[in-house]
Amino acid sequence: MKIRAPRRLAGSIARHLLLCTSGLLCLLPFVWMLSTASKPANEIFSRHLHFLPQHFAGWRNVATVFASVPMLRYLANGVVVVALIFALQLAIALPCAYVLAKVPFRGRRLLFGAVLFCLMLPPQAVAIPQFLLAQRLGLIDTWWAMALPYLVSAFGIYLLRQYFRTIPDELLDAARLDGFGEFAIVFRLMLPVSLPAVTAFGIFSVTTHWNEFFWPQIVLSSPDKLTPPLGIAFFRNEEAGTDYGALMAAAAIVIAPLVLAFLLAQRRFIEGIALTGLKS
Amino acid sequence: MAERLLPAATSRSRARLVALCAGPAVLFGLVTLIGPLVAVVVLSLTDYRLGAAHFSFIGTRNFVALAHDPVFRHSFANTLLYSALVVPASTLAGLGLALLIDARPAMRAFYRTVHFLPVMAATIAAAVVWEFMLNPSLGLVNLLLAQVGIAGPRWLEDPKTALLSLALIGVWQSCGFNMVLFLTGLTSIAPQYREAAAVDGAAHAWDRFWLVTWPLLRPITAFVVVISVIRSFQLFETVYVITGGGPQKSTEVLLYTMFSEAFEFFRTGRGAAIAVVFLALVGTLTLVRFWLFADRSPS
Repeated sequence: MKIRAPRRLAGSIARHLLLCTSGLLCLLPFVWMLSTASKPANEIFSRHLHFLPQHFAGWRNVATVFASVPMLRYLANGVVVVALIFALQLAIALPCAYVLAKVPFRGRRLLFGAVLFCLMLPPQAVAIPQFLLAQRLGLIDTWWAMALPYLVSAFGIYLLRQYFRTIPDELLDAARLDGFGEFAIVFRLMLPVSLPAVTAFGIFSVTTHWNEFFWPQIVLSSPDKLTPPLGIAFFRNEEAGTDYGALMAAAAIVIAPLVLAFLLAQRRFIEGIALTGLKS
Repeated sequence: MAERLLPAATSRSRARLVALCAGPAVLFGLVTLIGPLVAVVVLSLTDYRLGAAHFSFIGTRNFVALAHDPVFRHSFANTLLYSALVVPASTLAGLGLALLIDARPAMRAFYRTVHFLPVMAATIAAAVVWEFMLNPSLGLVNLLLAQVGIAGPRWLEDPKTALLSLALIGVWQSCGFNMVLFLTGLTSIAPQYREAAAVDGAAHAWDRFWLVTWPLLRPITAFVVVISVIRSFQLFETVYVITGGGPQKSTEVLLYTMFSEAFEFFRTGRGAAIAVVFLALVGTLTLVRFWLFADRSPS
């Protein structure tokens, strides 16, 4: 023991040193973003390395962002899109996951196989026909077009089905004896009972679609319909020029909502995201 | 059993229940996923141009044309190169971070959170920040390098370093994700294994790692590598916002080429052919993944 105690201490110090260094590297872009967002232009262009501004210009940079693009509108659009997509996904996935988990029928294996297949499908690969479909349906530049490729979430169906299988049949039998119809079972029993799985699905869906760029870039065009990622790309290309202070302020505004939500519910987020990696 | 208590007229009412419950998913799935999958293959065999009234089947001419197109060849090579840069770095970094974080309980949650933050940042906003970080004269990276007397490269503006810069951003954003996957794997290794190894004479942490942790982590490592490759093939945002494929096509990658063919030059058939190539690449990897995990099949 006498020999091991100092070695343990050395190991512990080395661990903290390494993790603090790598942690700093992870945080550096966020720090530089906030630092630049709070500097006036002359300090940004001074080529002199300093993190804290000599004259705080944060509010002016934020004001520039709001004066040149409707940032609040973008954020609101993001909320609407994310909520619409998740509501539709849940409404379609819940009943499907229920019959996959609890009701035996011919073709169940085939249907589940199809779900697993769709799980592997990279969304960008089918974007061109999906665009033609949205165009044919007259949905281009609407929220419905945003939701179109994601209506059927194979991941959501898979996750809920796996969770439903762990719910004992006796619980469903008891509900039937109490006069629950099958739809009441899906939405009034299975939904509340599987809240952990629904939450994980929700976190996955919301983070994916809040940050998403590829598909919205294809289908949305009106300036008043842009989501936050499209908004910042628009601001960078059309308005900001070399006003880096305002550009970093805009980036901070787009990044902040999810990062704050993450800091408030870290464990759930990390579990939810880890599930998406391990989804098959 | 659930089926026991289903109403007496079982088979018909159950068929109705199944149709009502699974119907919407099947219908929308066919229209929005399976249909487009078939359509993208069909389109790749045509000369369809966006908005054109007519098109004709031209067999594999799109693919032959791609094989001879220097832009596409660049794009294909760059995609593989980007993958070769990002996958090893982000896998090793993820594994290293997970092992360090898991080694002791002190500040475990804090470190996990800090290293996970980049995953949560919208890629597009992170791209805007990184572009400024890598600005040759005003960016933090070259300002820091100047402190130690190094004249930094022109990063995103130099064809020699542009793809490397994008890979740097890619590693920054994906190592936290891989770390979480490895942490999930590590927590499933019962501490008894390591204790048993210690009792059996594996005194050094290093020995215990090679004897116990690594063999148990190997499957999850293979898994992380495969999904990292798939994710690296999906590179688009940073290219679109920062480089537009340049300078001198040095950051032209598959999805960006597909996007510009289909939605900027309106050569839909040709864009679809690139989508099919992309699909074939990802499909091959998915098969590799199945093959790797065939004997540990999940349920």
